[in-house]
Amino acid sequence: MSAVTSASDAVFAPARRMDPSAAAIELVDVSFAYDKRPVLQGITMTVPRGKIVAIMGGSGGGKTTILRLIGGQLKPNSGNVLVAGQSVPDLEPEALYALRRRFGMLFQFGALFTDMSVFENIAFPMREHTELNEELIRDLVLMKLHAVGLRGAAAMMPTELSGGMARRVALARAIALDPMLVMYDEPFAGLDPISLGIIGQLIRRLNDALGTTSVVVTHDVYESLKIVDYMYFVSEGRIIASGTPESVRASTDPFVRQFVDGAPDGPVRFHYPAPPFRTQLLADVS
Amino acid sequence: MSAELATGVFSWLRRLGATVTGTVGKLGYASRFLIMVLVLSPHAFRRLHLTLREIYFAGVLSLVIILMSGLFVGMVLSLQGYEVLSRYGAGEQLGIMVALSLVRELGPVVAGLLFASRAGSAITAEIGLMKTTEQLAAMEMMAVDPVARVVAPRFWGGVISMPLLAALFSAMGIFGAYIVGVRLIGIDAGAFWGQMQAGVDFWPDVTNGIIKSVVFGLAVSIISVFEGYDAKPTAEGVSSATTRTVVISSLAILALDFVMTAFMFRGIGA
Amino acid sequence: MNRSAIDLWVGIFVTIGLGAILFLGLKVGNLLTLDRAPGYRLEASFDNIGGLKVRAPVKAAGVVVGRVESIRLDTKTYEAVVTMRINQDVAFSKDTIASINTSGLLGEVYVGLDAGGDTAVLMNGDRLAKTQSAVVIEKLIGQFLFDKASEGAKK
Repeated sequence: MSAVTSASDAVFAPARRMDPSAAAIELVDVSFAYDKRPVLQGITMTVPRGKIVAIMGGSGGGKTTILRLIGGQLKPNSGNVLVAGQSVPDLEPEALYALRRRFGMLFQFGALFTDMSVFENIAFPMREHTELNEELIRDLVLMKLHAVGLRGAAAMMPTELSGGMARRVALARAIALDPMLVMYDEPFAGLDPISLGIIGQLIRRLNDALGTTSVVVTHDVYESLKIVDYMYFVSEGRIIASGTPESVRASTDPFVRQFVDGAPDGPVRFHYPAPPFRTQLLADVS
Repeated sequence: MSAELATGVFSWLRRLGATVTGTVGKLGYASRFLIMVLVLSPHAFRRLHLTLREIYFAGVLSLVIILMSGLFVGMVLSLQGYEVLSRYGAGEQLGIMVALSLVRELGPVVAGLLFASRAGSAITAEIGLMKTTEQLAAMEMMAVDPVARVVAPRFWGGVISMPLLAALFSAMGIFGAYIVGVRLIGIDAGAFWGQMQAGVDFWPDVTNGIIKSVVFGLAVSIISVFEGYDAKPTAEGVSSATTRTVVISSLAILALDFVMTAFMFRGIGA
Repeated sequence: MNRSAIDLWVGIFVTIGLGAILFLGLKVGNLLTLDRAPGYRLEASFDNIGGLKVRAPVKAAGVVVGRVESIRLDTKTYEAVVTMRINQDVAFSKDTIASINTSGLLGEVYVGLDAGGDTAVLMNGDRLAKTQSAVVIEKLIGQFLFDKASEGAKK
């Protein structure tokens, strides 16, 4: 029996449950459906303070939905989402906005404001939420840019940046106000191997340096294994496995194995559900 | 056979019903959106440079097309108008004819149509693209309301620009008519301006034209920002939203123009 | 495009836009010329005003001296009562005749004032004693046909 808990076990044995006071985020039995289509079913997870937790899964598995629930952009149909002890779905808009000010989020393709320079993009949250003077804003922006190694690109426009640079600028913007929580939506998608390594290292370093908590939604097992503290595997709206990187590497769970090894077929089927091929081929065309 | 027909009719009716409820629902959403924009407008004025920037994009960048179109429309009106008026020996009335057509109708309407296709479509495309690239979602996650930060300044930029553009269009048109009428055809300049001043009243002719252009500005601006905000976040979604902005704005301008004209100039002969 | 350049351009745009509105008001319309001039009111009643409209000019010897301010129907006499606002610096004798004229066949309808020889002048609120109604073409034609018919009957 590996240390990875799988769907057959209870997801969390009570003894293993982390101390709630140390949890930055807690999802308690959360279910969510778009219209009638269920996306998440009975998700329970804990993200401890100061740690990096990855939510892994295939495309369209409801990973991004989890981030939207944490950010309060969506409300769960049942269950509860707790961030820093506050129940997100019950927050009034004012309180929700106050909470979001302590969040940073890195969107899938950066989502930099295309009508502003790199400098202005990072200054944006400062200008919107603080009364800092221009000099202080400049110093802070240059500090953030220096942290991601792009101080030299301050005057550039987002359209002039490569994909990896845009991601780093977006990361600098996400940490502009020293958030308590940073969420990463597919930070590794569409990057070359060098940029990939840089982003991975930045996530780890910034998390430790700033003492933030990070949630990384990704399908990139290889990169995640190198940087995260804990992983959840989500498939078809359920958590089917979780564990530390070491236990995941050593896991024998078929789903985890398929994911880590990148096997085309396994618990996640290669074929979309269909009637048997033979019957369909032989069936009448009309 | 008749059953098939019945099914066909039913599905047609269902589609019709869905279209109607969809349209009415969208209209309701658009109205709610307008109120939301108005409520969040103080933001657009507290941070004045945001709105100034949008006046620049909607107004200043539309100047060339508005001025050129105004000039040509005025020149054509002058040629055509003189041709008809001179049949009745009323060639000197050209000034008043051109001025009234431009100030009451053509100025606001044509400037509105040009504004919708030049600035309105740009606003829709810009907001739609910001939505597609998750810039609006990013703002929301930074606890910045995109309606206050992105939509309201663009809305007011359009509302402020439109009457100025319409007035410039009319003025330029009258200048074009002056060039053709007085300089080319040879109508007496005194008669041209004199007839115009005797026949055009600031109240109600000019003011009604201004009221029209303000209403068109409101209509085009809210349609543009709404279509952008409501666009499907895909490339096709943005392109079809841009097309819808131009089509709906144009229809709205023409329909509103009819309604307002009916109200404004009905009582004048009394 | 930096902020001060945008401010400059928007400033230019707003200035020429307001300039265009001013141009429409002053050069194209008549914002200052007539409405502000001080004046006094005269009334005149007509059997028929034809196509006369509010704000139509009031002319004496072809010179515009005022504007029609309002038109109403006197329900006692069933005559049209036209109120005119005449420029302060123009005085008319008591026996002035008001008539409703048309400039050219298709031109505008205006009120013509023909001053008489009386030394007393009209004051604010006075009513003109003598008026001449509009010529209605249909009536003229009807009259003409009627005359022709009666001539034919006599023969």
